Amino acid sequence: MNEITRIKSDKKAAPRRTEMRVRPTAPILPPTNIQGTALIVVIAIMAFLACLTFGAVTMVRATAAGWQSQISREITIQIKPTEGLDMDAALQTAKTLALSFVGTTQGTIMDDAATARLLEPWLGTGLDLEELPVPRLVIITIDEQNPPDFAAMRDLLSKEVPQAFLDDHRTWVDRLVSMASTTVWIGTGVLILVFTAMVLTVVFATRGAISGNRHIVEVLHFVGAESSFVAREFQKHFLKISLKGSAAGSAVAAILFAVLGAWQASSRATPESDQAMALFGAFSPGVIGYVGIFATMILIALLTTLTARLTVMKTIDEIDLVRSDPARSDGLPAS
Amino acid sequence: MIHFENVGLRYGMGPEILRDMTFDIPKRSFQFLTGPSGAGKTTLLRLLFMSLQPTRGLIRMFGRDLSQIPRSELPMLRRRVGIVFQDFRLLDHLTTYENVALPLRVRGKDETSYRNDVIELLKWVGLGERINVLPPVLSGGEKQRAAIARALMDRPEILLADEPTGNVDPPMAQRLLNLFLELNRLGTAVVIATHDLGLMDQVNARRMILTEGRLDIYE
Repeated sequence: MNEITRIKSDKKAAPRRTEMRVRPTAPILPPTNIQGTALIVVIAIMAFLACLTFGAVTMVRATAAGWQSQISREITIQIKPTEGLDMDAALQTAKTLALSFVGTTQGTIMDDAATARLLEPWLGTGLDLEELPVPRLVIITIDEQNPPDFAAMRDLLSKEVPQAFLDDHRTWVDRLVSMASTTVWIGTGVLILVFTAMVLTVVFATRGAISGNRHIVEVLHFVGAESSFVAREFQKHFLKISLKGSAAGSAVAAILFAVLGAWQASSRATPESDQAMALFGAFSPGVIGYVGIFATMILIALLTTLTARLTVMKTIDEIDLVRSDPARSDGLPAS
Repeated sequence: MIHFENVGLRYGMGPEILRDMTFDIPKRSFQFLTGPSGAGKTTLLRLLFMSLQPTRGLIRMFGRDLSQIPRSELPMLRRRVGIVFQDFRLLDHLTTYENVALPLRVRGKDETSYRNDVIELLKWVGLGERINVLPPVLSGGEKQRAAIARALMDRPEILLADEPTGNVDPPMAQRLLNLFLELNRLGTAVVIATHDLGLMDQVNARRMILTEGRLDIYE
């Protein structure tokens, strides 16, 4: 533009004036507006709920695995008293036979005092075991990774000590496994529902926020911006928003777990803590839980960014659709 | 530079808004586009800006048949056309400087490479003291000049202006007209859509008059 060049050269000749200052260039999309702030809050809440559910499922899974492991680590040999049976010798024989199998690690004969304590809730204190035909127990600890051959052990015991009955806790373990897997399935179901709700909420909130910025898409389009440029600008903007929201929500969830874990550790052996421990297990989602919380945060951020990109591309397509189908007016008056 | 041949346009199944448009817009030309409200002035401007496709006829822009141009190439062609909307379409969160610099920013240019040009252009349109002001603070005339500066920023070959004097008082309308004439003198073709007969009487320029979808041209 010659006129501008002339003005420039005139300016050089004229006495030097103070140079015009401009502020640092603002982003094309306003960093904060009502839609953006609302979206941050929605994303933070959904991230918090998703992380909470993920942590809870991780905890339940760990607790269920713990129950199963504790029960299956031991087997019990029960010897019923019969006429003429030398109970002490039978207990010793049963213990020795059991420990002769590969996969057993330790055997303990439950003594009179321990047996009396076991029966105390039903029969009261001061129990004389000699007066009652009470079965006696041998507890065998086994290697969970390499368990003994229970069928062979059962056969050998029935031959050598016919009064012995081997309980490998299979019924209990099966029930616990079934209960634990049901609990984990329910938790996973809830997790899927929460994640689905989170995805849909984030998608709709992002689309709402973009529709509030449609005029910006149009102006960029009219000044000759390519679709990829517009999409990039919106992606950048929504990545920042979603990272803020999901980081806040995930951090609150992680802090909540850490605080509950610390409370549980500090109040161990109190009735409240014991009850909470029995119901929920340890309030620590562990490394996997915290990695999952971090992954959830990243997933939400990526999801929002992807939604922003797809929505902007759709908006640009709509503007182009108006071009090829004038019946779809985009608001410009047809005067 | 722009050639229309038997162009017609209808919205959906409705009647034709524009009928049998055949005209040329030569390089460095100056013309007014006028007609009663509802005659189709804005629709014709949108056809010129490639934001609408005709339902029939041929449009050639800068030597190329528009119907043969893929969508992805349209932004490149739009960069050769500057448009000033009746409602300005400035972004309220950007300063006058940032709004005017927007066409260069979307082309990926570095801010330091165009800063002086933007400031000089803003001075040229009389907004040298308003570069750091946000649009809500600007008057109607200032907004109009900022919108014109934005349309001119990348030196388009043709400028389309929709009712550029519709929101300003007569002295400001005169200043804007002088601005368009100066721009045309510097080589840009100008099309001004207006109702303002007083404005048109001040310039001996070509008049394109739209009546009920038909175009009459008075050289």
